[in-house]
Amino acid sequence: MSEAVPALSGAKGIDWALAESPIAGNLRQFVRDGAALAATATVAAFVLLALLAPLVAPHDPAEGDLLRRLQPPAWMSGGEWAYPLGCDALGRDVLSRMIYGTRVSILVGVLVIFFAAVIGTLAGLAAGYLRGPVDIVISRLVDILLGFPYLIFAIGLMAMMGPGLSNIVLALAYKEWVLPCRVVRAETLAARETEYVEAARALGASRVHIMLREILPNILSPVLVVATFRMAHVIIVEASLSFLGLGVQPPTASWGSMVADGRQFLLEAWWVSTFPGLAILALVLAINVASQGLRDAFDPRLQS
Amino acid sequence: MTPLKLAERILQLVPVLLGIAVIAFVMMALTPGDPVEIMLGDARSTPEQRDALRHDMGLDRPPLERFFVFLGNALSGDFGLSFFHRRPVMDVILERVPATVELTLAALFIALATAIPLGVLAAVRRNGWLDRAATIGSLLGVSLPGFWFGILLIMLFAVHLQVLPVSGRIGFGQEVPPVTRLLLIDSLIAGRLDSFAAALRHLIMPALTLGLAMGAILMRVTRTAMVEALAQDYIVFAEAKGLSRARILGRHALKNALIPTVTVAAIETGSLLGGNMIVETVFGWPGLGRLVVEAIFARNYPLVQAAVLLYAATYVMLNFAADLLYTALNPRVRL
Amino acid sequence: MSALPAHDALLSLRGLTTVFPTRHGEVRAADGVDLDVRPGECLGVVGESGSGKTVTFLSVLDLVRRPGRIEAGTIVFDGRDLRRLPPEALRAIRGRDIAMTMQDALTALNPAFTVGAQIAEVLEAHGRATGRSALDRAVQLLEQVGVPDPARRVGVYPHQLSGGLRQRAMIAAALACQPRLLIADEPTTALDVTIQAQVLDLIADMRQRLGMSVVLITHDLGIVAERCDRVVVMYAGQVVESGPTRQVIGAPAHPYTAGLLASMPRLNQTRAAIRPIEGQIPDPARLPPGCRFEPRCPRRRSECLQPVPMRDIVRAERAFGARAVRCVLAGAAP
Repeated sequence: MSEAVPALSGAKGIDWALAESPIAGNLRQFVRDGAALAATATVAAFVLLALLAPLVAPHDPAEGDLLRRLQPPAWMSGGEWAYPLGCDALGRDVLSRMIYGTRVSILVGVLVIFFAAVIGTLAGLAAGYLRGPVDIVISRLVDILLGFPYLIFAIGLMAMMGPGLSNIVLALAYKEWVLPCRVVRAETLAARETEYVEAARALGASRVHIMLREILPNILSPVLVVATFRMAHVIIVEASLSFLGLGVQPPTASWGSMVADGRQFLLEAWWVSTFPGLAILALVLAINVASQGLRDAFDPRLQS
Repeated sequence: MTPLKLAERILQLVPVLLGIAVIAFVMMALTPGDPVEIMLGDARSTPEQRDALRHDMGLDRPPLERFFVFLGNALSGDFGLSFFHRRPVMDVILERVPATVELTLAALFIALATAIPLGVLAAVRRNGWLDRAATIGSLLGVSLPGFWFGILLIMLFAVHLQVLPVSGRIGFGQEVPPVTRLLLIDSLIAGRLDSFAAALRHLIMPALTLGLAMGAILMRVTRTAMVEALAQDYIVFAEAKGLSRARILGRHALKNALIPTVTVAAIETGSLLGGNMIVETVFGWPGLGRLVVEAIFARNYPLVQAAVLLYAATYVMLNFAADLLYTALNPRVRL
Repeated sequence: MSALPAHDALLSLRGLTTVFPTRHGEVRAADGVDLDVRPGECLGVVGESGSGKTVTFLSVLDLVRRPGRIEAGTIVFDGRDLRRLPPEALRAIRGRDIAMTMQDALTALNPAFTVGAQIAEVLEAHGRATGRSALDRAVQLLEQVGVPDPARRVGVYPHQLSGGLRQRAMIAAALACQPRLLIADEPTTALDVTIQAQVLDLIADMRQRLGMSVVLITHDLGIVAERCDRVVVMYAGQVVESGPTRQVIGAPAHPYTAGLLASMPRLNQTRAAIRPIEGQIPDPARLPPGCRFEPRCPRRRSECLQPVPMRDIVRAERAFGARAVRCVLAGAAP
């Protein structure tokens, strides 16, 4: 056992190490992963839907027609194809609201992850490269924030700041930066001892230059990986907050609040809650699968 | 672990807990709106009345002093009066804890009971149909929004099939004298099988909602740990000794695979506390999570603050317990 | 060597072939291995890592990890073909009749169980003892293999023992049921030089006491020279030479064996006289078409590009032990 296997894996290692650059190899492996590719396409479709919402949505998401109150989906009796997924209690088109709801989920996901990645990366670089008091302060803050269960921290902040889109982004980013920060700090600690950093130091490069120009480009791929797989989580938390009524406020459509809207009509109008929830599931699932593929291709250390 | 090491670990918790207290205090202090006005509500009040109340609540002192008063009170379990209930916050909270504990334990049980056997089978029959199904299932499990899954369950079992109750903990007339305040246990103590069945029927959907999501995570942890254990030399040696397959899987591999599973389970139980808020709201479960959500809308800030602090402290303690559990299960770490 | 199993052998392998599927097609980790282990003898199996020696003996107990599998051959132990036995019957033979020790006791012993439990469970699995009496027997076994203070050591975890004691504890677990054949896979590689001899002495001592056969898998011809009655040399999945140790070491018939000998440091040799074999063991997925040693062989010729069969070397000592070699030069003047 111990003899045959290393020989085989050694043989496998040679042909692609020589054949192409690591990034190209990663990309090739990612493309070969069919499920990940399909998931990426799904995510892209959602993003497109969010961008083109006003063009794609058949109706105004906020305008209700009380005559169509709880009108069922098109294929059920009483439904019509102009309102394919039916209408909610205010007679608004469920499909149009879902399309506009995509904007909230994607916007919150992208903004939170963007802020978290930027803040976390800068904090992690500073902690890992400067060490000393900077590291102590940042690492303690990280420990304390990790001490809060995610949702409780977010709910507490939302209770304090009041509902609203920008507050959600803030509430989630406040804690989310901790994860990229930890990854970047660990990577920076390793990178500061490498030869290229030593060389830059010997040439008299400034600390800012070394952090941003020498270290940062070399540790971006784990940040990318962490960021994508956290986005799924951020989207679920936003939906949960909106479900509780702590998220975006009416009449803005959000998937979480749409599910909440339908709760009172489970008996007579199952579609009001069901379809928006399905959309959350589809987007989150697609992001999870795509990020799994990214993880496998780009960062073997993070593989589950 | 030596007592000294244990003491050291406990000491390391202090700054984290202190930091959590600071954040809980700051959250409250920054909250827009005057707590006094919220407390007095719409009732017409004179400026003198408001000043008197502000003085009573210590809100006229400098922030740092207020923090230390808050910290001192918090340490003695005094979080002030609940605006809404007009009773000490701690009393209101403690009343709701047993329901949340019962739900959490049931969810933990469901999670472990599904995750461990499935994770083991998936690892043993790697790349078989069961492994694939379990992998897809766990991906779905981590991607499902809990509140929506809960609603689907309600639609199916409560509204459509009408076999399970929509909300609550137990039916009218089925209450039992409180002993542990966990209804499943109390009903057995009281010898009331009808109460036990009712409690179980109320518990099952919220516990499933929470438990399956956690089970999805634990299943992957178990599978990965089991795959890793099965690749070790000690498995080959155990086979060479002529041990039965059951013993090799059930003891040699599983005992090693359970170390990460149990550790992650302890940590994830902390995350369940957050999930509780959602699920208790969906199922009208009279626990702490629903109390907090209600308190947020009632702007009952002392209660929210106390609950946030309590949740965070529990979470830190669960992480600490996970640490201890890991040490206890892993002979190599024991020094 | 005949194509039929030797009837006087305890273990007789004929044409044993074990394959691993890879991206470049199937790799034959053991390729048509023929060898015999006689009752009571110590057989050395020598070769570089990757030569297939461990895979061959894992195949004997059907312990080759998936996706590897035994493709062909017979494995006759005590008159029974192990490949035709139902799994449960083979399981009963493992640990009871044929025992195996692994290279490194640190990884072979389970970190989560005490040493005693891991010895006692062998006795329990084969119905020799249960519970308390199995543990008592474990204490005796530890004492037999020379672990001091066995009553205490039975309750410690593997990582709490020194490397030498761990190796002894693993041997105790392997020998718990007094097997008739012990396969010792590189028993000394993981150990300090000072302890290596002690462990080899222990194996020799237990062989005497139990009257068992021992297969000593090693890459060290020096150990073979000192400890083994006969030797089998493996290269790239094939047996290339076999025979009584003294004859093989004294006059190696295969250039590879000769190369191994020349690369071995000896006390009376200067450093300069040590000549390592040039080149590397071939990629198992791209084996040379003829003799597998041909690309590295100092004496290669054109016939070497054709497959070479194993051939007996006729000698007066034939009755003592057959000598065979896989080389076109065999029989020719060395």
